[in-house]
Amino acid sequence: MDVIKLDVSDEFEAMEGALELAGGDASVFKMPHVSSLVVSGNRILSANQTEGIVLEKRSTGSGVDIELTIKKGYKIPDPVHLCFGFLPKEGLQQINVSMVAEEDSSVQLVAHCTFPNSEHVIHKMDASIVVHKNAFLKYDETHFHGEQGGVEVIPKAKVVVMEGGRYFTGLTLISGRVGLLDLDYDVEAGKDSVCELNTKVHGKGTDNIKIRERISLIGENARSVTKSRVAIADNAVAEFTGITEGHAPHAFGHVDCVEVIQGNAVACAIPIVKVDNPLAKVTHEAAIGSVDKKEVETLMARGLEESEAVDIIVKGMLM
Amino acid sequence: MRGVNLEVADSEIHSVIGPNGAGKSTLAYLLMGLEGYEPDEGEIYFNGELITPLSITERAKRGITLGWQEPARFEGLKVRDYLSIGARRANNVSEETLCHALEMVNLSPALYLDREVSEALSGGERKRIELASIITMEPRLAILDEPDSGIDVLSLKEVITMIRHLKKNGSSVLVITHREEIAAASDRASLMCDGVVVRTGDPVEISNFFKNECKPCDMKAYTLKGE
Repeated sequence: MDVIKLDVSDEFEAMEGALELAGGDASVFKMPHVSSLVVSGNRILSANQTEGIVLEKRSTGSGVDIELTIKKGYKIPDPVHLCFGFLPKEGLQQINVSMVAEEDSSVQLVAHCTFPNSEHVIHKMDASIVVHKNAFLKYDETHFHGEQGGVEVIPKAKVVVMEGGRYFTGLTLISGRVGLLDLDYDVEAGKDSVCELNTKVHGKGTDNIKIRERISLIGENARSVTKSRVAIADNAVAEFTGITEGHAPHAFGHVDCVEVIQGNAVACAIPIVKVDNPLAKVTHEAAIGSVDKKEVETLMARGLEESEAVDIIVKGMLM
Repeated sequence: MRGVNLEVADSEIHSVIGPNGAGKSTLAYLLMGLEGYEPDEGEIYFNGELITPLSITERAKRGITLGWQEPARFEGLKVRDYLSIGARRANNVSEETLCHALEMVNLSPALYLDREVSEALSGGERKRIELASIITMEPRLAILDEPDSGIDVLSLKEVITMIRHLKKNGSSVLVITHREEIAAASDRASLMCDGVVVRTGDPVEISNFFKNECKPCDMKAYTLKGE
């Protein structure tokens, strides 16, 4: 076990406070049996690694470089918690991540990204992820933003899932203003692999949401689902591009996008389906519209105001 | 709709029967105040108060609610939260209330409270959950549009039990139905045809008249005669 504790207690407490204020649970970062990493700006505030995990981390001028390896055959019992935050109003946080789930390993990672005070903060993440043969890697990222809309979140990921590997990822950004989200994930799925990409985003004001997710099913019997749920209001704009390519026999992919708009918001959904193997199959569905009138009227007939009803329906869709 | 004159008494089960296209569901929507169902003329009173200009929410706050023939789907909304919305109006959001409501529609609370009211449930299950949400609301007037649709015939008895439960707890119930059994369980029934309530009275008599003596062309003549 390798534990790092620097004298950054004030900043650590501030990060904890910001996370808990936004509804997160900071107690996990103090649990010795839970692997974790807390980064504020370019400072590593705490790190804990447990058996089966190798966590290399290095502070850079504007962020951190992280290498996380789950060793061959290890099934990590508790989720690994990562916290990336930026407390000042302005600045850049560049996170470079390399994650490797070695053969037959299994891990769930939970990332908490908190930007409570941002007026002009850029949070960039460049990730390289490899899920080896028969390994399982789940990565869920939840963002907690302030109400200023001053964050630019730019996550890019290149993912390779090898034979029999399973990769699940989710990004949830429904707390506070989005600001700018420019997500670009690229996944290559090998033989008998399973991949699922989920995004849930709630945009308001002048938020700008761009989601591009591409899955290339290159291995026989590879399977994937790309699911996106976006709700936007006011003058927010959203564009979802879901690309799934079926290149191998019996590969199956599905793209599913639902966008709900209110006010002057504008949404665009672009499902792109490419198949060059006659035994592969890729399907898609996309729906953009306002909140379902019957759902709203049903909740109003139980005593809710129209705005309360719409809130519940939108939150339900994004849960 | 034209010439509709209908009165539902306190704690009364009142059925509205009639052929398809008679305007029965339109009547239900109009009473609930749904968008696009505002009357061109005429007035709706509830407990002596003119409610024609009131919104759906304002009507619901007075105790009026509606159960749809085809209930809405709510992605991500748990049954527990859905039932709690109605229960809040009755100031009675307890685990016991929610469980009791589900048991009334023959659904196990252990199996359903934490499930989503979404497409994962069958139409019949969603229908039962909607009826449970009406029970938790303890309404003063429950308007039920075809409460048995999507529920198997064997369960018709449960629907009738649920309607009687509402009455016993002080609710008036206006039921839109095609079922003789539900009409027969009512205190009074009204027959609607071509947008008009043509007859109100004993439910068995009205039901028999509709079943045995009434043909579409006769009904038209009947209403034109102004009876």
